[in-house]
Amino acid sequence: MSDGSARAPAGRRGGIPLEWITTPLLVGAALLVWHGYVTGFGVSPFILPKPGDVIASWAELLRTRSTWRHSWATVYETIAGFGFALVAGVLMGAVLGKIPWLERTLNPFIVASQVVPKVALVPLFVVWFGFGPTTKVLLAAVLAFFPIFTNTLLGVKSVDLGHRDVMTSLNTSRLQRFRHLELPSALPYIITGMEVGIVLAIIGAVVGEYLGGNQGLGYLLIAKMNAYETDMLFAVLIHLTVIGFAFYLSVGMLRRFVIPWHESVQVERRGR
Amino acid sequence: MTSQPPGEPAEILLRGVEKRFATPDGEVHALAPTDLSVRKGEMLVLLGPSGCGKTTLLRMIGGLLAPTGGDLRVAGRALWDGERRDGAAVQELGMVFQEANLFPWLSIEGNVALPLRLRGMSRAERLRRAQELTRLVGIEGFEKRWPRELSGGMRQRAAIARALSYDPEILLMDEPFGALDAMTRDAMNLELQRIWMETGRTVVLVTHSIAEATFLADRIVLLSPRPGRIDTVIEVPFERPRPLALQTDAAFQAIVRRLRSRLEEIS
Repeated sequence: MSDGSARAPAGRRGGIPLEWITTPLLVGAALLVWHGYVTGFGVSPFILPKPGDVIASWAELLRTRSTWRHSWATVYETIAGFGFALVAGVLMGAVLGKIPWLERTLNPFIVASQVVPKVALVPLFVVWFGFGPTTKVLLAAVLAFFPIFTNTLLGVKSVDLGHRDVMTSLNTSRLQRFRHLELPSALPYIITGMEVGIVLAIIGAVVGEYLGGNQGLGYLLIAKMNAYETDMLFAVLIHLTVIGFAFYLSVGMLRRFVIPWHESVQVERRGR
Repeated sequence: MTSQPPGEPAEILLRGVEKRFATPDGEVHALAPTDLSVRKGEMLVLLGPSGCGKTTLLRMIGGLLAPTGGDLRVAGRALWDGERRDGAAVQELGMVFQEANLFPWLSIEGNVALPLRLRGMSRAERLRRAQELTRLVGIEGFEKRWPRELSGGMRQRAAIARALSYDPEILLMDEPFGALDAMTRDAMNLELQRIWMETGRTVVLVTHSIAEATFLADRIVLLSPRPGRIDTVIEVPFERPRPLALQTDAAFQAIVRRLRSRLEEIS
């Protein structure tokens, strides 16, 4: 064929991806520096425990039954809050993206509610919903909502003009246009919003747990702080980081399955 | 303007069709009242300098832009009723744009079959049809690829297949090969001639390439700018299928020269 052939998929440039080598090396170096600092300067373990002690505490934490109850509470609040945020954010973003006058009408209120420090709402939530999981789910949802909402709105509004022409020339209904053009166009934006949103949802859940109740990893952090168990404090932090990673990677996986056609996925596959 | 065989209505008929745009700097008269008739099965090329209203004209025929005046008929039906379009008339139109405008989230066959999916055709049937169409436009074997994996020329072939998928009587093409390099462009002109001869569709194509117009057209409509209006209509008599070598023919070059000197006068 005279007009060129399909681009061949770029071959992997052999061997192990770079970050698989650098990440353990950098983590190891950081641990060494940390250990050297603590032993060399005689830092009190109440201020900064040795990395070895922290790892031992983490292992102990993992063996403790109640850890899993606390973890589950945080995970549940995060998922529930994120789920609400996802549904509300995508729905509102899609509706406002399609109805410009409504967006203009509501815009001042949207900006105002974005600017309010959401964490400042916690006392109010506690007054309304008590110290139970509802307050934490709500805080997670409120934090995760905005990036999902604004990204969906942006995505629905940034549909390619040429693609619009195609749909117009095919004489499509509004619903078909949404289903076959605006929604798939917005998906990469929505997933980017979800990646930010899931991290904020965890923050919402943990901060909610600081302030009330007796469940969750946020509560555990405060308990360890009050008990001056700094090594355990670090262990809970690591535990939270691992859970955060798992959430973030799950959303990242979504990118691969939901929008395998998108540049961000292709670049990941070919880039190295 | 054009003599019609008795009893056979023009496939596309324009009577006094015009377009004015309101802009912040005042009104722009994009197209003066225009009469034009396109025969069934004809390859008509709209040629002109930028700003001559050729794309505006094509978008009005394609149902993408409402005329501000006049009567526009497609396959015997009035296409426009004010800002509203006649669905049955739009059904007879297939559009191809300068960019292929394939949807990146659909495979090539998904793109080609999208119009059929929107019309509720069963999956098996529309994939079978997509297979036929990819063969017709010469991209069989690439059905499962993403659009971004194909070259510009191949993407434009897929766009042509998509426009033909629901069997419209008329194919409207807005500088379809304008974004391609010269070699690919020649190849695509040959391919378009072949597809047109195999399908027998009526084609209206917009271009600003004189050679492309002369090679493809049964009839060239030269438009002049400010406001856009029809300047000259030239019949191109060469036999089909035309080989690329025709471009070195003296008669071919005579037409090209005539068009070029006229273009210089009007732009």
